[in-house]
Amino acid sequence: MFNIESIRKDFPILSRKVHGKPLVYLDNGATSQTPIQVIDTIVEYYTNYNANIHRGVHTLSQEATDKYEEARHKIQHHFNAKHAHEIIMTSGTTESINLVAHGFASLLKKGDEVLVSALEHHSNIVPWQMLCEKTGAILKVIPMNDSGELVMAEYDKLLSEKTKLVFVNHISNAIGTINPIEEIIKKAHAVNAAVLIDGAQACPHVKPDVQALDVDFYVVSAHKMCGPTGVGMLYGKEAWLNKLPPYQGGGEMIAEVTFEKTTYAGLPHKFEAGTPNICGGIAFGAAIDYLNTIGFDNIETYEHELLEYATKKLLEIEGLKIYGPSDSALKNKTSVISFNLEGIHPYDVGTILDKLGIAVRTGHHCAQPIMAYFKIPGTVRASFAFYNNKEEVDALVEGVKKAKMMLA
Amino acid sequence: MKIQDIQNDIIDEFSMFEDWEERYQYMIDLGKTLPLIDPKYKTDDYLIKGCQSKVWVHANMENNKIVFTADSDAIITKGVIAILIRVFSNQNPSDIIEANTDFIDNIGLKEHLSPTRANGLVSMIKQIKMYAIAYQTQLN
Repeated sequence: MFNIESIRKDFPILSRKVHGKPLVYLDNGATSQTPIQVIDTIVEYYTNYNANIHRGVHTLSQEATDKYEEARHKIQHHFNAKHAHEIIMTSGTTESINLVAHGFASLLKKGDEVLVSALEHHSNIVPWQMLCEKTGAILKVIPMNDSGELVMAEYDKLLSEKTKLVFVNHISNAIGTINPIEEIIKKAHAVNAAVLIDGAQACPHVKPDVQALDVDFYVVSAHKMCGPTGVGMLYGKEAWLNKLPPYQGGGEMIAEVTFEKTTYAGLPHKFEAGTPNICGGIAFGAAIDYLNTIGFDNIETYEHELLEYATKKLLEIEGLKIYGPSDSALKNKTSVISFNLEGIHPYDVGTILDKLGIAVRTGHHCAQPIMAYFKIPGTVRASFAFYNNKEEVDALVEGVKKAKMMLA
Repeated sequence: MKIQDIQNDIIDEFSMFEDWEERYQYMIDLGKTLPLIDPKYKTDDYLIKGCQSKVWVHANMENNKIVFTADSDAIITKGVIAILIRVFSNQNPSDIIEANTDFIDNIGLKEHLSPTRANGLVSMIKQIKMYAIAYQTQLN
């Protein structure tokens, strides 16, 4: 049973006040809040078994190692990866992407092509630009239309035997578009190109199955999924991970070191140099447990209700424009509403909302190419999670009306 | 008027506001009445890039005093700019160099100078001081 009141009680932060008003937290697209179950896991780690992993014979090290590897297995099962060693623990989505980009530097040659979508976050653009500069490969962009959806006919035209890699986000962070990744992956594989899907915005809302998707790389951050900041994962097919060279040198990633030669450890340790974010990794596992207890079907259904309700209410405000997919069923969209009030800068709206205790994101959302497409400096973005409720949507709507009254 | 006196005046004016709404409404109105920068200075040469809002600042020297004009694409940012211009424009370079900006805290607008706002205002104050140092060097 999905009980919003009892779910809200799991999140201590939701009862705090901001500027004397109850917090209305609608910046979940940037960072989700942390339930008590995950907070307890973090406290338990530092209270009971804080130790370095994979190297001590003492009990604490054993316990920490067991918990850390147990978390890896939880992540594996959650994403339905074939092997636990296909899950590389990283500091988050950005590092995961950089790890793959670094690896491909030795596989690409001049004239190869890599495709990136027009809907990407800067962290899924810049590493590939750097990669292309280094290798002489060419970066091409899959364009989007006025509804913020990828133009698949153009994608078909861009694909060729020169295409080696395709990078697309599962869901756009700036406007919430759900991209047709199954089709994108299938078509890329038809020309033998590898596909990396940035799942940072998707994984709080849906449960991807990496084997069913047949995706080559899938990356996420824990802090978007009720976990702590500074930890995330790279899923890679075993064959690809074996092909890529190590990302960083250091402890943990080696098999044997002499001054003449070092041999690398096997997967996943080859990519996990140094002491990892042990507590973060364990807490990531706890966050996944928590989300699965709530249930992704429940999350999807409830969030879609919130999205429909908020969309309808916000559009009643004259001069308010929502960017992104606009089909009446909001089928291709997750619970993100990116909007502007006519003639008013998003920064001003965000500032007034903050005074009312309402947290939204304003600006270009690290997706300047999208803002350039719409010829706007940025948007106000309200992103909802399953622990938000309709009262909070109402507070947002009233806040926006007030901002409009003050600023117009 | 001396910088310190203007700052005291502003602190007095702001102390009359009952709550944040009045304070912000005043700033928004100030933003709307800010004399605009000459469009020819609204170019990248005079732009201070904030992640969120843009700020343009221009300075020139008249009778040994620096006259600042500025603009922003966000109205609340413009309101803060109007206050900064009231304090620092038409002042001697040496007075500008020595002036502090504590009055911003006293009128409850400190949050606008937080780096997380990324609105260009911190850089604007730095820029005002840099202009003052440059003109002071010329005077010497």
